[in-house]
Amino acid sequence: MKHFPVQVLMVLMCCFPVFGGEATAVDSKITIDGSTTVGPIAKAFAEYFMNRNPQLKITVAESGSGNGAKSLVNATCDIADMSRFMKNEEIKAAVDKGIIPVSHVVAMDGIAMIVHPANPVKNLSLDEITGIYLGKITTWKELGGPDEKIVVISRDTNSGTYEAFEELALKKQKMTNSVEYVGSNGAVRQRIQSTVGAIGYVGLGFIDNTVKAISVAGIEPTRETIVSGKYPIARPLFMFTNGYPKLGSDVYQFVTFNFTLKGQEIIDGLGYVAVTQYQK
Amino acid sequence: MASESMNEIERFQDGNARFLSHNKTTFQIDRREELHNKFFSFLGRSFLLGVTTISSLAVLFIFFFILRDSILFFQQRDIREFFFSTQWFPSRDPSEFGAGAIFWGSFLVTAGACAFAIPIGIMTAVCLSDILPFSARQILKPLIEILAAIPSVAYGFFALVVIAPLLQERGGQVLSYLIWLLGAPLAIFFLIIGEMSADKLFPKAKTAANFIITGALILLEFLVLYTLSRHIFLFKISSGTNALNASFILGIMILPTIVSVSEDALQSIGRELREGSYALGATRAETLLLVVIPAASPGILSAVILGIMRAVGETMVVWMASGNSAKIPDPCFNFFEPIRTLTATIAGDMGEADHVSGSMRYHVLFAMAACMLIISFSLNIASEWIMKRTRKKVTGE
Repeated sequence: MKHFPVQVLMVLMCCFPVFGGEATAVDSKITIDGSTTVGPIAKAFAEYFMNRNPQLKITVAESGSGNGAKSLVNATCDIADMSRFMKNEEIKAAVDKGIIPVSHVVAMDGIAMIVHPANPVKNLSLDEITGIYLGKITTWKELGGPDEKIVVISRDTNSGTYEAFEELALKKQKMTNSVEYVGSNGAVRQRIQSTVGAIGYVGLGFIDNTVKAISVAGIEPTRETIVSGKYPIARPLFMFTNGYPKLGSDVYQFVTFNFTLKGQEIIDGLGYVAVTQYQK
Repeated sequence: MASESMNEIERFQDGNARFLSHNKTTFQIDRREELHNKFFSFLGRSFLLGVTTISSLAVLFIFFFILRDSILFFQQRDIREFFFSTQWFPSRDPSEFGAGAIFWGSFLVTAGACAFAIPIGIMTAVCLSDILPFSARQILKPLIEILAAIPSVAYGFFALVVIAPLLQERGGQVLSYLIWLLGAPLAIFFLIIGEMSADKLFPKAKTAANFIITGALILLEFLVLYTLSRHIFLFKISSGTNALNASFILGIMILPTIVSVSEDALQSIGRELREGSYALGATRAETLLLVVIPAASPGILSAVILGIMRAVGETMVVWMASGNSAKIPDPCFNFFEPIRTLTATIAGDMGEADHVSGSMRYHVLFAMAACMLIISFSLNIASEWIMKRTRKKVTGE
């Protein structure tokens, strides 16, 4: 027993194979960087592309829209994911370096306001929504509903949905600190369906019949109203490339993948709104 | 090499054979074998030493990295803002890092969990060790310890899906029933008070005085509980994910720690003390309250501190059950409002905190982690110190 374990250890150690790194030849490579909102789409696309073509290597980083633009300007990425359009300075910096940023809209980001099904309120103006989230409106009575305190639910400050909501609905004003934060679109829905006085916002894909989506300024959140630009809490999501990619190239296929049926399915599945409307 | 070690294994399997062969290796000196043994035992020992060093170095590294990354925050930001402001807007530009409300939230849920778990935990431990028969204890203690094996995300899900809607829909009703649970322990407490005060105040008419005082106290208790529960019945909780929900679930989570450790402490003080107390004519209640519990108090205290440390550090449950509003409730001990804790903030803000560019948002999380580290470290030291002191007092050294 005295030296038995040690010898077993030695044997075990000898069993470890020596790993030799033999790099598999990579035919082509796409580097993607940028927004955390567009990131999930890019990742899902990348997964699909790499499954179909093992020779293709795609890396997706999510460092924020600004960093995506910077990477494109410095030519360290092929595609920059951005949840906003490039700013003037960014375009100028790019052109100065001989890079021509070209935008591709891959999807729309539409945010629906949801309440409990028992809530009689059907429509809110953008100002009323702002008022609720800034803490100026605190009961449903003020909005024509029952005498019930409003439980305001938000996504955590990490999420792209939060960022978009803050920008589009609140115009970058400070949310009141009595807002409750939850970690995912599904969790928002869960809290709304179990809380009578709650209001929250989710990506369009997360609406189901357990919650009620309300109209904003009289416009219902649907694919049509979002794609046509009528619904106010929506924004396009971009991928930027340096010049228009060569037709048929991997990058070209990637940034136009959203026009295919599979691309539409992926985008809808992630809770975003595809610009195409194929019938399945 | 392999066949040789196989032979050796076979030879070593029988205990007697092992003993003999051990003697053989010691007395029949074969230099080669001895060297061989020495070499392998040296190798084994140094390997184990290495493993031990790694785990203790890990602690030092954690301290080092957390402090290194948090110092940057304290250097560049106003410390008073961090501790006392309640404006927590990390994603805005310019950002505001007032974590006062978050510290308060952490304190509030921990206090709530303790208020619930410590009395129940200690009473359960006493019951298991001194009141229930041994066979019942053998079944109940492992059952309670199973609570510790449930993953915290499952607790959180339960809090979110079961307790939160329950509190929202009939919160007042549930609480008004729960408040009656206080009735029995309070009544027992009043019984003891009644007897003691009758003993002291009216030594001549003990029984009558005892009856009157105890009766009056219990009647008073009943009236207070009744009015309280009437009031609470109509109470409406607008959001079920609040400090109460988080405290309750945390309390259940730390219960097994408190029960198990304090039960061990109560067991370890032995039969002699109990028998001595009975021999001096003490009743069972007197033995428990005046002899057993004081003697086990260092162990019980360390159980409590372990529980507190677990409650402070718990993340997933509070992230799911507490609502995460970074504000101080109004009034500040209002358990029906959502709160946000340090751990939940670290978990929730981690994704956006960009460590590549080393943003303030990243360092503020480390500042919080450093504060938590300091809190649990000082709790640990305090418990060591108190334990040493009480142990001295109890053993009379």
